[in-house]
Amino acid sequence: MTEEIIIAGFGGQGVLSMGKILAYSGIMQDQEVSWMPSYGPEMRGGTANVTVIISDERISSPVLQRFDTGIILNQQSLDKFEERIKPGGTLLYDPNGITRPPVRKDINIYRIEGARLAAENGNPKIFNMIIMGGFLKVKPIVKVENVEKGLQKSLPERHHKLIPMNIEAIRIGMEHVETENRL
Amino acid sequence: MKGNEVIAEAAIRCGCDGYFGYPITPQSEVMETLMLRKPWEETGMVVLQAESEVAAINMVYGAATCGKKVMTSSSSPGVSLKQEGITYLAGAELPCLVVDVVRGGPGLGTIQPAQSDYFQATKGGGHGDYHLIVLAPASVQEMNDFVDLGFELAFKYRNPAMILSDGVIGQMMEKVELSPFKPRWTDEEIEKISGSWALRGKKNREHHIVTSLELDPYGQEKFNRKLQAKYREIEAKEVRYEEIACEDADYLLIAYGSSARICQKTVDLAREQGIKVGIFRPITLYPFPMEALAKWAGRVKGMLSVEMSAGQMVYDVRLAVNGKVKVEHYGRLGGVIHAPEEVLEGFKSAFGL
Repeated sequence: MTEEIIIAGFGGQGVLSMGKILAYSGIMQDQEVSWMPSYGPEMRGGTANVTVIISDERISSPVLQRFDTGIILNQQSLDKFEERIKPGGTLLYDPNGITRPPVRKDINIYRIEGARLAAENGNPKIFNMIIMGGFLKVKPIVKVENVEKGLQKSLPERHHKLIPMNIEAIRIGMEHVETENRL
Repeated sequence: MKGNEVIAEAAIRCGCDGYFGYPITPQSEVMETLMLRKPWEETGMVVLQAESEVAAINMVYGAATCGKKVMTSSSSPGVSLKQEGITYLAGAELPCLVVDVVRGGPGLGTIQPAQSDYFQATKGGGHGDYHLIVLAPASVQEMNDFVDLGFELAFKYRNPAMILSDGVIGQMMEKVELSPFKPRWTDEEIEKISGSWALRGKKNREHHIVTSLELDPYGQEKFNRKLQAKYREIEAKEVRYEEIACEDADYLLIAYGSSARICQKTVDLAREQGIKVGIFRPITLYPFPMEALAKWAGRVKGMLSVEMSAGQMVYDVRLAVNGKVKVEHYGRLGGVIHAPEEVLEGFKSAFGL
């Protein structure tokens, strides 16, 4: 199994940290992982993306042109990455702020209202974990228990009290992901 | 861990005595990690943010004269600033480790990954006839491994060593097995390893002079001959490289560092299309694996040097094969990373496939 993922959105949405948690979760189940950010002067408000690869085999290129899965959190990223998802691949997006929704018919498309759900739960910080839940529902490549272990590994000790809240956010995401196009 | 963070951790673990640096993207995590780790509390290692790159390399120069295991790190524009210090270190035959996490140039350029400092790293960089021992990591694991190896080679040959990385390897995270802890050298150990030249207090012996100055040109020529003999020895003994899927290959991609990783995917894509391609990856860029590469000249139809530059290593590839096989170059410039598919297209068009 090799899963090549692009996560893209605004800086501040937790794009890079979601990728990091996913990568750590892969390590927790003894897989090879790579995490390659688009780093730049952009901070909160700019665009940010990260390529995460989780595989049973040694990973070759950490930099990719085409992806199995795109997790897309703003319009600019959708415009850029929709065409770069492999035919038969998966696109998961948050419709918040999207004016030109995805159009491809040769990929699986799922929608998750991460921003709305986070606001309704009164905590915008769990946004990225809601999205992660949506992703794990449609592509269960890592087990939730390994995400929990990954969080323990990647978060400093003083933040461990926040882990149950993050796991709950994943559950919310899993319950609310909607299918838009299924091959 | 990120490649840059691993450099910091590996420095602490290999018993480094001091790090002197000045922040610059994309390698600021090296010093950030060291400051967070506070190794001065653990091993006594000094970590100091200098007022500039020039100051940092001269602090390395000073500490290296005492036989200490010291290093600095920077990215392209910062490494250009350090060149004066680096040539003095080479001229004074001092060991040290310089890490260069290359970004796009020239000038201030971009902050994105590039491999356009190959000439600067392998052909000297500063003035005078000298070389650095240049190691090119292609994974976060090698960022760990080459810190210790770099120091080992630097002390073995009393010559500055460089890790020539780039923004991809510096910024990416992947699995890494960190080296076990080695204690810093004791005074007795430093005396044993570097006591014949280091400045450690004169006591009752003849005084040591560490300098790169010689006013007598004949004396300086003699010193240069000695340096050159050292480089010939390094070229004979320290060449490192990796061959991937070369055995049945009709064509070779020659690539180091992050480009070598990208090319591994290109090789998979090419082989899916029935084109037999392999990778020859120089691990030491100086000494360049001339002979090992020359062996393939009669066995393949063409070689493509893949570098994120306008073509620098390609000259060494051409020197190695000496006209016996067609050698072309492919690479994106200025901080743009080539994707595996783009390399494949570049390869096919270079050889009319």
